[in-house]
Amino acid sequence: MLEVKNISKTFNPGTINEKKALRGVSLTLNDGDFVTVIGGNGAGKSTLLNAIAGVWPVDTGSITIDGQNVTGLPDYRRASLIGRVFQDPMTGTAATMQIDENLALARRRGSRRGLRWGVTAAERDEYREQLKILNLGLEDRLTAKVGLLSGGQRQALTLLMATLQKPKLLLLDEHTAALDPKTAEKVLNATEKIIDRDHLTALMITHNMKDAITHGNRLIMMHEGNIIYDVSGEEKKNLTVSQLLDKFEEVSGSEFANDKMMLGI
Amino acid sequence: MEAYFASLNPMDLLGRFPSGIAQGLIWGVMALGVYITFRLLDIADLSVDGTFSTGAAVTVMLILAGWNPWAALLIAFVAGLIAGSVTGLLHTVFGIPAILAGILTQYGLYSINLVIMQMKANQAVSVDKYSLIISGRSVPTAILVGGIFAVALIIILYLFFGTELGSAIRATGCNQQMAKAQGININVMKVLGLALSNGIVAVAGGLAAQYSGFADVNSGRGSIVIGLAAVIIGEVLGEAILHKKLNFFGRLIFVIVGGIIYYLVYTLVLWLKIDSNLMKLFTAIIVAIFLAVPYLKGQAKSSFGRAGKNSRLEGK
Repeated sequence: MLEVKNISKTFNPGTINEKKALRGVSLTLNDGDFVTVIGGNGAGKSTLLNAIAGVWPVDTGSITIDGQNVTGLPDYRRASLIGRVFQDPMTGTAATMQIDENLALARRRGSRRGLRWGVTAAERDEYREQLKILNLGLEDRLTAKVGLLSGGQRQALTLLMATLQKPKLLLLDEHTAALDPKTAEKVLNATEKIIDRDHLTALMITHNMKDAITHGNRLIMMHEGNIIYDVSGEEKKNLTVSQLLDKFEEVSGSEFANDKMMLGI
Repeated sequence: MEAYFASLNPMDLLGRFPSGIAQGLIWGVMALGVYITFRLLDIADLSVDGTFSTGAAVTVMLILAGWNPWAALLIAFVAGLIAGSVTGLLHTVFGIPAILAGILTQYGLYSINLVIMQMKANQAVSVDKYSLIISGRSVPTAILVGGIFAVALIIILYLFFGTELGSAIRATGCNQQMAKAQGININVMKVLGLALSNGIVAVAGGLAAQYSGFADVNSGRGSIVIGLAAVIIGEVLGEAILHKKLNFFGRLIFVIVGGIIYYLVYTLVLWLKIDSNLMKLFTAIIVAIFLAVPYLKGQAKSSFGRAGKNSRLEGK
């Protein structure tokens, strides 16, 4: 489903702020893979997701989604293949537009936008049904402006928008990190439910080691712009947080000292 | 002082109001164009100062060349579309900040407008010789025609911004990252929005020129500020009257109302025998105040000054 071959990206090359964010990363996701991504700050997790989403062009390597080489396409032209949920709940939705209008924009991802109605009555019924899955009462507030919703509600809505038009690949960039623990759990459960229901292929960054182990069928760990650990199947299921920490020290060869990851235990 | 007040005739003011309303409607149409960029696209587009004159110049010159005024107005609209696209392309393709792109277009248009007007700063078009759409000579008809233009435009814009394309433009103005993630080409949307906005402003320019009976190369100067004044006056009034019930349709109507109110105030200022050149300062102050009020209100709710005062009070 996703084939990333030897991609690299250096920010601010040739300056004092030069940062080699990705150093020849290769990754293949099979149809239906739900992969969790962990790693310390600056490991290249978000950079990898942004590269796949097409936020900027990569320096080397290729990205293929569903057999289509998208390396040369900007983000809005990859959008037909990719659903995205961002870390900041404000990023994924249009605050001054209504809930149904936001969903309708997502429904038309990848199709030409012409002079047909932006939202139809039949769609609204469908959105009402879809919103019920989130269990947040949003189905009764279809015409409310998204700016009135809480961060958790907006993030759940973004999740629904990202999956409304079944994407070939779902990219979740620490999408529960900005939420309180209870809301984060709700959103994460909804994520799991939707991925399961639609058999989506997904990449999910998380700072929470436990979440990384509990969710998905495969786990990758990144360090200094590389994937340093890749585990799936039974081996992943039997992982514990302390094993994961040991693994990190072993493979990266450095003392594990990242308080943010520690907090995730 | 007494002599001054004695020279003011209330009946005269009443007599001036109808023409104020007619011109207010035309400026309201112009303000609808400004609303698209300023509120929906979140861009303060300064090219409108140039495109208003372009619309006036194109309309008048074509009418003088024997064109039907409606056809002339249509070409003025197209000219506005092109000018707006230039601003859009300068901004999106060449990466020039939107405000600067607008200033460049406006500056360049001054020369282009003069060329259109055959290097004359002013070109007259007499209602006696040509069957103009709208004229200051017949104010009731002008109000009717201006009103029809305003209503038609409100309906068209309301419908357009409810379509897939219109929604995509609104999403672009609201949240670019979200728009891109939904597969929207935000550069195309910005160019489209700027083009449409300037097209409408050019039509307003064409109407204003017919109303006054001439096109002037300087007629568009200050359009952006007047447009903003109309948009803001309309919003403040609309929100005061309708509160949360003010929907998109209502907002568009109140932009026109804002244009009319602006022009009635202008009429009042003239009636008070204040030099009309001072109106620019007056307008600038009004717009500055209305733009500042929402910000200051927010500040008043959470300011360091208040926090400090509260902390001292708590200590007592």
